[in-house]
Amino acid sequence: MSEDGLTSGMDRAGAAPGVTTGDAPAATHGAGSGAPTGTAPGTATGTAPGVTTGAAPAGPAEAPPRFRRRGAVAPAAEEEPAMCFDRATLAYGDRVVWSELSLTVRPGEFLAVLGPNGSGKTSLLRALLGLAPLAGGQLDVLGHPPRRGDPAIGYVPQHAGFDRDVPLRGRDLVGLGVDGHRWGFGRLSRDGRRRVEAALEAVAAGPYADAPIGRLSGGEQQRLRIAQALVGEPALLLCDEPLASLDMRYQQEITELIGDWARQKRGTVVFVTHDVNPVLGYADRVVFVVNGRWAAGSTDEVLTTETMSGLYDAPVEVLRVRGRIVVVGEGSGAGFDIDEPHHFPEPVGTHP
Amino acid sequence: MIDQLVHLLGYEFAQKALIAGFLVAVVAGLVSRFVVARNMSFAVHALAEVGFTGSAGFILIGLSPVLGLLSGSMLTALLIGALGVRIRERDSVVGVIMAFGLGLGVLFITLYPRYASEAFAILLTGSVTAVSRGDLLLLTVVAAVTIVGLGAMYRPLTFATVDPVVAEARGVPVRLVSILFLLLLAAAVAEAVQVVGVLMILTLLITPGATAERLTVQPGLATAVSVAVALVATVGGILLALVITVPVSFFVTTIAFGCYLAARFVWPLLATLRARQLGV
Repeated sequence: MSEDGLTSGMDRAGAAPGVTTGDAPAATHGAGSGAPTGTAPGTATGTAPGVTTGAAPAGPAEAPPRFRRRGAVAPAAEEEPAMCFDRATLAYGDRVVWSELSLTVRPGEFLAVLGPNGSGKTSLLRALLGLAPLAGGQLDVLGHPPRRGDPAIGYVPQHAGFDRDVPLRGRDLVGLGVDGHRWGFGRLSRDGRRRVEAALEAVAAGPYADAPIGRLSGGEQQRLRIAQALVGEPALLLCDEPLASLDMRYQQEITELIGDWARQKRGTVVFVTHDVNPVLGYADRVVFVVNGRWAAGSTDEVLTTETMSGLYDAPVEVLRVRGRIVVVGEGSGAGFDIDEPHHFPEPVGTHP
Repeated sequence: MIDQLVHLLGYEFAQKALIAGFLVAVVAGLVSRFVVARNMSFAVHALAEVGFTGSAGFILIGLSPVLGLLSGSMLTALLIGALGVRIRERDSVVGVIMAFGLGLGVLFITLYPRYASEAFAILLTGSVTAVSRGDLLLLTVVAAVTIVGLGAMYRPLTFATVDPVVAEARGVPVRLVSILFLLLLAAAVAEAVQVVGVLMILTLLITPGATAERLTVQPGLATAVSVAVALVATVGGILLALVITVPVSFFVTTIAFGCYLAARFVWPLLATLRARQLGV
């Protein structure tokens, strides 16, 4: 267990319990008592023993390293957080997406962002990318306020599928990750081409790197997406539903690629997903956002009947079935992705 | 026929036409790749038609029609850029602007003295052989600006075109890029109208790019193919029109269409044959 969550969790968390709940109505809130709640990254990070899943516990990877280890980063006691939300509020016009979000993520941590559609998961990534300014509070990413086009941030979007005829090879897509944002034109530098090759190799996309990208399968396209995001050797990887519309096998492969990268290079991952199950073996912590409220902690702390009912402000049951987590809400019987609740109160505004 | 062509090429009008055709083809070929990839045929049409209105307006007040065309299409580009950024709303914005622009054009035509009606016909069908020295100079400047501008934004434009979500995340100013491209497109449209006229504008701004897409998946090579197709169609069309008295635009559209058909049907056939040969 290389995770040092316990220490950095403790130094702040005099009062805060493992599960920190932002802005929830009284029911689950109790602990906050005025102070900015939620700074504590939860007590037990890393996969909790037993309960959740059969997947391997978080630890140094045994697999041969696919990704070059970044040299200098040594775990220091007083390490700068990879990101730090401090009572952050995001709103579009009058609509508050989430409010008073306080959350500190350590370098090397794998954070899963969960919640129903429209709850502001993507907005969270946009805030980190500097594309959505906060309405209140503060956010630091890699030691500074978010800025657009930060080269230390990699981004993997939802699989949208390229047009069948788009004149672009996988190699070109990865190349855009190297210099696509720069003005001007020209071929990739020798160093750029070498990095593209390395990135293609790291995701094992070599065999189809020269095929038209529109003819590749969803899983192959997502592999190329990951190569594109990693080619800039980021410290932080933001993934926006990278598993959506992929079948199970690809979901596992893609999650594994991202998880392995994070472990081998000690990279930080923010992984937005509506289904927590594929990332159960990787997520050190989850943050669940719904209706402007949020809760953060380990999977076992957040994904409980009690916490989830508090967040939804309605009876919600969390079941663990054969290593999978299923959240069942009123009127939704099936999966994790609870439909946008219709009878819930408006998102709460800001606290005094 | 060859003698006749050589003889005609001695004349200044023919030389000017060829130079203009060359410039137009290079610009159109380059821009066409992105027009196709960004699904902007409708915008091209609007730029050309409102350009026509601009031209008519300028003739009415005694100014250069080419300059009018350029102003009209530039203004349209800015309006489209200001009103319709999202792909979803872009088509309707283009339609709205084009409809009004054409209405204005009709007004200008009505206000027009009889004798000038030929000028309109030229605008609609193109007349590269009537290019004046002043026009040629303007065409050269506009072509240079367009090519330099496109070169300056080639990478972010490519990124924003094929992969807008990631491009934005990586800090490409996607909206700015799309407005800048509209302006370049407006310039390219104003150029291409000189050869094929407003009505046949798509033959130079869509067909080369569409043909190239059929032939290769390498972005750089596709751009080169697109320029080549535009050049063959334009220069070939001008040469043919010198010896056969049929409007240039007919030949240009025909050659371009021929290229597209070949890329669509003959090329795959060749590829299959080659594969079979290798297999045996």
